[in-house]
Amino acid sequence: MIWFKKDIFTNGEAAEGKSVKVPFGLWVKCDHCGEIIYKKEVERNLDVCPKCDYHFRISARSRINITFDEGTFIEFDANIEPVDALDFKDLKKYKDRLKSSQKESGLRDAMITGEGEIGGQKAFAAVFEFSFMGGSMGSVVGEKITRAIERAIEAKCAMIIFSSSGGARMQESILSLMQMAKTSAALAKLREAGLPYISVLTDPTMGGVSASFAMLGDVIIAEPRALIGFAGPRVIAETIRQKLPEGFQRAEYLLEHGMVDMIVERKLMKETLSRLLSMLVRPR
Amino acid sequence: MYRHWLEFEKPVEEIEKKIEELKTFEATGNLKSTDEIAKLEKKAKTLLKEIYGKLSPVQITQVARHPDRPYTLDYINGAFEDFIELHGDRCFKDDAAIVGGLARLEGEACVVLGQQKGRNTKEKVHRNFGMPHPEGYRKALRLFEMADRFSLPVFTFIDTPGAYPGIGAEERGQSEAIATNLLVMSRLKVPTIATIIGEGGSGGALAIGVADRVMMMEFSTYSVISPEGCAAILWKDGAKADLAAKALKIDAAELIKLGIVDKAVKEPIGGAHRDPQTAIKNLKAALVAQLKELSAIDPGTLVEARYGKFRAMGFYSEPKR
Repeated sequence: MIWFKKDIFTNGEAAEGKSVKVPFGLWVKCDHCGEIIYKKEVERNLDVCPKCDYHFRISARSRINITFDEGTFIEFDANIEPVDALDFKDLKKYKDRLKSSQKESGLRDAMITGEGEIGGQKAFAAVFEFSFMGGSMGSVVGEKITRAIERAIEAKCAMIIFSSSGGARMQESILSLMQMAKTSAALAKLREAGLPYISVLTDPTMGGVSASFAMLGDVIIAEPRALIGFAGPRVIAETIRQKLPEGFQRAEYLLEHGMVDMIVERKLMKETLSRLLSMLVRPR
Repeated sequence: MYRHWLEFEKPVEEIEKKIEELKTFEATGNLKSTDEIAKLEKKAKTLLKEIYGKLSPVQITQVARHPDRPYTLDYINGAFEDFIELHGDRCFKDDAAIVGGLARLEGEACVVLGQQKGRNTKEKVHRNFGMPHPEGYRKALRLFEMADRFSLPVFTFIDTPGAYPGIGAEERGQSEAIATNLLVMSRLKVPTIATIIGEGGSGGALAIGVADRVMMMEFSTYSVISPEGCAAILWKDGAKADLAAKALKIDAAELIKLGIVDKAVKEPIGGAHRDPQTAIKNLKAALVAQLKELSAIDPGTLVEARYGKFRAMGFYSEPKR
């Protein structure tokens, strides 16, 4: 993982006259407080800024590693691949966008699903990879989530979805919109089966993802400062031609307005999920 | 005749203006030109048919948004009898961007609802341009649940640029309101028929569109994002809406091919705005036929079939490793 795209420390101007040159990628700058921090220190802290507690976005793999008990996670449907059914081309071809995202992330699409144990509690999970086309939801994301939910129903097990997504994938047009209906219908079945669903909202959870499974949790947890909403802040500001209130659409704002149950820091997430699961899963 | 001519209708407008002129001239007692008028009228009709026979996606978008197009209340009042409007979400307020209530279709009681746009400036503001707030979706939810309790079929009419993007809408849970409707609609034990009558704008449309049958009026659109919005994001230029409209595949013919929409309902020549009565009549016939089919299916099978319908949507490949 390389945090710095620009090699600012070898650039005298940006480093403000400091003579010490730091090798590329050893340090990261916090997006929130602007503090320059040793990368290892951030990683040790679960990718949370040690100075201001800002939660960096993390990959799906890292999320799985810090959430599931070691060696318990079994991945589902890793071979499902996106196709360009609409032959979509904007300034770039969708096919090419997919290829470059696949190359960069090592994943076939923006979603990893599987099952494992969290503090000894069994759970099925779907985890978004934000770096893959902004975690956008197309047919593969919808299909993998739906299959994971259906498997959870069959195994009489709890479901957890970790969202991190800009919303629907425009390049799949109406097909991406329909994934909202498909996943929500699967959750309706899970609900009827009396099985719990915990939705974890991480930065960002927007648009079609927010307006479907992300807001349907029996319990909804948000990470600190995560941006969560239906419409993007820029669209809203342009529509209403007003300044948006301080902290608008942040996790804390949603908690205040009754839209999420709690805000949980990353270091307490695993323990919280485990405690919730132990109370929600009925003994059978 | 028509106040709102679309750009691509200009050739027809010119002929119709000429007809008007001739008619006025005739009315003053001068020269008879009945033959000439009849000829021009025929020409206008042929031209209209030709133009509407090959509309581009972005032109269909313009027809779908035409200010003279029949709106939800026109269809409800025209195709149904005995409409009793019901108001409010019981939580916050009555959202005028969604109307709904009880009605009868050929005598049979049912629940009807849909987004409602306004005709004049005052009404447009009152209806918020057909863009619902969460309370609109929660009113719809209340009606869905009522339909379920009293075994009434549900008819929804979709006509919205999208759910409203505003501060209050976010604070009161626009996402949650839409999401809950998707979940609840997927399990209703009664026949549900959704028709896109104008604009089917993204999640705000889908929130009343998870139905056993999804139909579209011939010149309506259904899309994840408006062509303008898509062009602004992907082409970095809102003026590229024509390219975006084409790429997004937003018209009835394309959506039927993709398995998203079940049926297109024919509009009169030149679009529903030229002859709302015929559009209403056509839709009513389609609604009656669809309901007849669905009423024969038992509730359990209906719900499972609905699940299967949406479950199958999407394209992906699954190569064996």
